Amino acid sequence: MIARILATASTEVHIARRNRWVLIAVLLMVIFSLVLSAAGSAPTGALGADRLSVVVASLTSLSVYLVPLVALLMSFDAVAGEVERGTLPLLLTYPVARWEVLAGKLVAHTAILIVAIAAGYGAAALVTIIADPAAVSGLAALWRLTWTSVLLGATFLGIGYALSSMARRVSGAAGLAIGLWLGLVVLYDLGLLAAVVADDGGAFTTKVFPLALLANPADAFRLFNLTASQATQVAAGVGGAANAIPQWQSLLSIAAWPLVSLALAALVFRKVEP
Amino acid sequence: MTSTLTISHLTKAFGGVKALTDVSLRVAPGERVALLGHNGAGKSTLMKVILGLITADSGEISVCGAAPGNAAARAHVAYLPENAAFHSALTGLEQITYYMRLRNEPVSGAMELLDRVGLAHAAKRRIGTYSKGMRQRVGLAQALIGQPRLLVLDEPTSGLDPVSRRDFYELLDGLAADGAAILLSSHALTEVEARTDQLLILSGGKMVAEGTLPELRREAALPVSMQLHALNRYDTDIMAALPDAIRVNGALNLTCSQDEKLATLARISSLKAKLADVEVIPPSLEDIYSHFSRRDGQ
Repeated sequence: MIARILATASTEVHIARRNRWVLIAVLLMVIFSLVLSAAGSAPTGALGADRLSVVVASLTSLSVYLVPLVALLMSFDAVAGEVERGTLPLLLTYPVARWEVLAGKLVAHTAILIVAIAAGYGAAALVTIIADPAAVSGLAALWRLTWTSVLLGATFLGIGYALSSMARRVSGAAGLAIGLWLGLVVLYDLGLLAAVVADDGGAFTTKVFPLALLANPADAFRLFNLTASQATQVAAGVGGAANAIPQWQSLLSIAAWPLVSLALAALVFRKVEP
Repeated sequence: MTSTLTISHLTKAFGGVKALTDVSLRVAPGERVALLGHNGAGKSTLMKVILGLITADSGEISVCGAAPGNAAARAHVAYLPENAAFHSALTGLEQITYYMRLRNEPVSGAMELLDRVGLAHAAKRRIGTYSKGMRQRVGLAQALIGQPRLLVLDEPTSGLDPVSRRDFYELLDGLAADGAAILLSSHALTEVEARTDQLLILSGGKMVAEGTLPELRREAALPVSMQLHALNRYDTDIMAALPDAIRVNGALNLTCSQDEKLATLARISSLKAKLADVEVIPPSLEDIYSHFSRRDGQ
């Protein structure tokens, strides 16, 4: 079982390397992280937080967009691509279970994501600490951001596999992936904010709003990192609601989502008839 | 001897359209069986059912003693799809190594396997740069991994040149001699006749004929045709002696059933003083094939 999963994973790494996905993911994360750390390290002192914690707060806002995007870009082709190329029927006649195929792809894509995240955050941290050695005290926040980013990425990899199995065509899967990214990461928050404003402190704001935030993996990720970090004050928008929700709840959401999305992907993939 | 593959009364429909109707067949170890039929006759569907890629509506199938698609069955069955496709970014060697790891075979044999199908020189190039024939060889190489007890080959020789075809059938002979059961599909009867032990003809999802070539020939009972070349000016005499003959391009054509063949030849030989030559033309393989595939299909 392990041998078959690793065989699939190493094949996927070969493919991702040749298709430049590794390079693209790493470059995206490094460039955006460096830009943010340069821009985000300006306001300090007055907030009583170290520079790195401030950078982590900016990186959190960046990662909410970028990590799901990179994960979806790597995963939308996973099943639909095999169907369209015609490689899936042959693969499924091999003595390998379908979930083992998905697990192999997940291992490879997660590894690439970890490399990209480590490179991006690492570069940002390095630049910040060189500028201000006292910023080392923010490393704990950076570490928290790193592992939660990996969990967020795994969630969206699973969602990508599920969409890819549902669409069965690469173009359809790409459309679904972009649509879902827009919906969960961008429009969801706008909708919630609009509702909160319209509700003006009523039942929606106190009862539904916290649950809605926890239900979205991207929002849960942002909530967790902002409540845990000392830099809540610098966060604006939805992050302002962070204090109202206990940290264990957002942690639970972050930890549960990868399992849910991967189980969903395995279920949908099982239904694909080659 | 127990069969490697046994199918009885298999039926499969896709949304009301019957793809396979009451198909039964057996393939014994070491036996090479050719599955013939025109496009849409149900060959690929039958193969996918055997592989467990699609499930049958009714009927019983046993693959190496297990249900199709079962892990035990998949461990013993190798498949070559009709148009073998692989990820274009992988090299031939990487692709074969991957398949060997999935079958839990030592990957040290990957290069030797590629050499066996004549791809050693291109092993480290991307499959995206391969020709159709080369991709087909990668497909063939993966079907040889391990020691499959049943090989299911969907039009294995499409895209291969005549020399490669001969090499391919030699490979198959070796596998069959080692006890592998082989089921292969083809459009052309001429290609498989000398290379297989048993022929099955599918038409419109039904098994319309099965047997060895001589058996099919007998069953089809197609007429034998004879071409007579008369010596100068004896045409009219011969036409008079053999009233069934028709004049075609300066020669005389005569057809008769298999049973009358010897009697007709005896009559012809009594005219030997007036004849330059006689040619006996048995029904061609294509004639026999069309006879069966048309009988129920159209």
